[in-house]
Amino acid sequence: MPSPRYWREIPARYRLEAGRCPGCEKVVYPARRVCPGCGHEGMDTVPLSRRGRVVTCTTIHVAPTEFQMEAPYPMALIETPEGARLMVQVADSAPNEVQPGMEVALEFRRIRREGRAGILCYGHKAVPVQKATS
Amino acid sequence: MREVAIVGAGMTPFGELWHSSLRDLFVEAALGALRDAGADRLDAIYVGNMSGGQFVGQEHLGPLMADHLGMAGVPSMRVESACASGGAALRAAYFEVASGASDLVLASGVEKMNDGADVTAVLASAADQESEVYHGVTFPGLYALIARAHMEAHGTTIEDISAVSVKNHRHGALNPKAQFRGEVTLEQVMTSSLVADPLRLLHCSPVSDGGAAVLLCPLDRAREFTDRPIRIRASGMATSAMALADRKDPAFLDAVSLSATRAYQMAGLGPQDIHVAEVHDCFAIAELCVLEALCFTERGRAGQATRAGETALGGRIPVNTSGGLKSKGHPVGATGVAQVIEIVEQLRGDAGDRQVKNARVGLTQNMGGSGASSVVHIFERV
Repeated sequence: MPSPRYWREIPARYRLEAGRCPGCEKVVYPARRVCPGCGHEGMDTVPLSRRGRVVTCTTIHVAPTEFQMEAPYPMALIETPEGARLMVQVADSAPNEVQPGMEVALEFRRIRREGRAGILCYGHKAVPVQKATS
Repeated sequence: MREVAIVGAGMTPFGELWHSSLRDLFVEAALGALRDAGADRLDAIYVGNMSGGQFVGQEHLGPLMADHLGMAGVPSMRVESACASGGAALRAAYFEVASGASDLVLASGVEKMNDGADVTAVLASAADQESEVYHGVTFPGLYALIARAHMEAHGTTIEDISAVSVKNHRHGALNPKAQFRGEVTLEQVMTSSLVADPLRLLHCSPVSDGGAAVLLCPLDRAREFTDRPIRIRASGMATSAMALADRKDPAFLDAVSLSATRAYQMAGLGPQDIHVAEVHDCFAIAELCVLEALCFTERGRAGQATRAGETALGGRIPVNTSGGLKSKGHPVGATGVAQVIEIVEQLRGDAGDRQVKNARVGLTQNMGGSGASSVVHIFERV
């Protein structure tokens, strides 16, 4: 990923900034200019709580090149209390531990190492609540 | 709008075609369609292709393909909607003829996936790069998330999902153009290697090369080219939220439902009027979700219907008689047009061992990404 692109995405990735529509209250992550719910233009910035619930999940066995060393790893679609949904990896979990309905915390983690220079890219991963560090 | 008919069809076999390049595949399919109709000129060409740029480093496919068909000068362009590129190309060609702008238009699809590209990464570019792919999800991973959601919501079992692969391989074994012409057992499917839990290797369509093309003209000119024209009754397309996270119900494919509703309305027909269908089973779970979105079964009932044989040859509504993407192969940009060719053969009565008796009305459903775009066409024997 070219660095200007990575830099542009930092508010969403590092600070979990989502958008809340002043028209219909829909919360969208990452934020957008136009609300997908009602078409209102312009959203308020709202930081997401660092916790959520698993909506659906999988374990990736055949991974993309950058993630091959980590496979197999669980991934989940989680919903935060604000109603935003995110696709995240689930770290620090045992095989088959991740199930729909499970409560997770979101922690700041290294997501990937990119390119020949091995540039580190960060973001959030979910962890089972009882293993959360904060 | 004018009525439009398909008067010619041609396709390559699907598979690992090491001797054929992207352009070879297009030319073989296009010549097949032209010869089938006895046509020697074209007013326009649409080339459905997901990612010539990433798979073989080749963009600008419109002029390249027209040139190699010996038709430089003819208007020609590429249409892209990920794995729905072929269906989208047909839709563009259909409206060009229906509008009266052109008479003879080629709708084609082509993909060369086996030329050394990182296929997993290229396919993932049809998902949301910023919110999905960044975190390490793959395409099978997205459909695995859909599968788990479907299992949670409706009690669908892994046996239900696996029955789709068994059925489609049984059909594909009868198709000389199919990549895999071998049957598989439920046990083989359920013990194949895990790709993205709960999906295993035999729940996934393969990596394929292939090309397919159909020739369209106004219905009132069709008899100049064939005595068995196939009328296009309807073309419906829809989109939904790109990322799985932004869909209300990850187990329901909104775009498929909406594209089908539009096609049914345009044709003045309903799901009960369809005699044979080709649907987008890129993963076995996708076929179950599509059957429900097309209203071929009630929501949550597609697994049971499949296990009961309702969608097999000889069943209530035979689905994927070609073998589907699973067994026939899935050269992504070509798939949407190849689906149409199976329906054309069925409605012409040319499907041989795969023939559905008295098939007069057929449907194709082709989708892109994790279902964010969907194209549905309905056809009728004239």
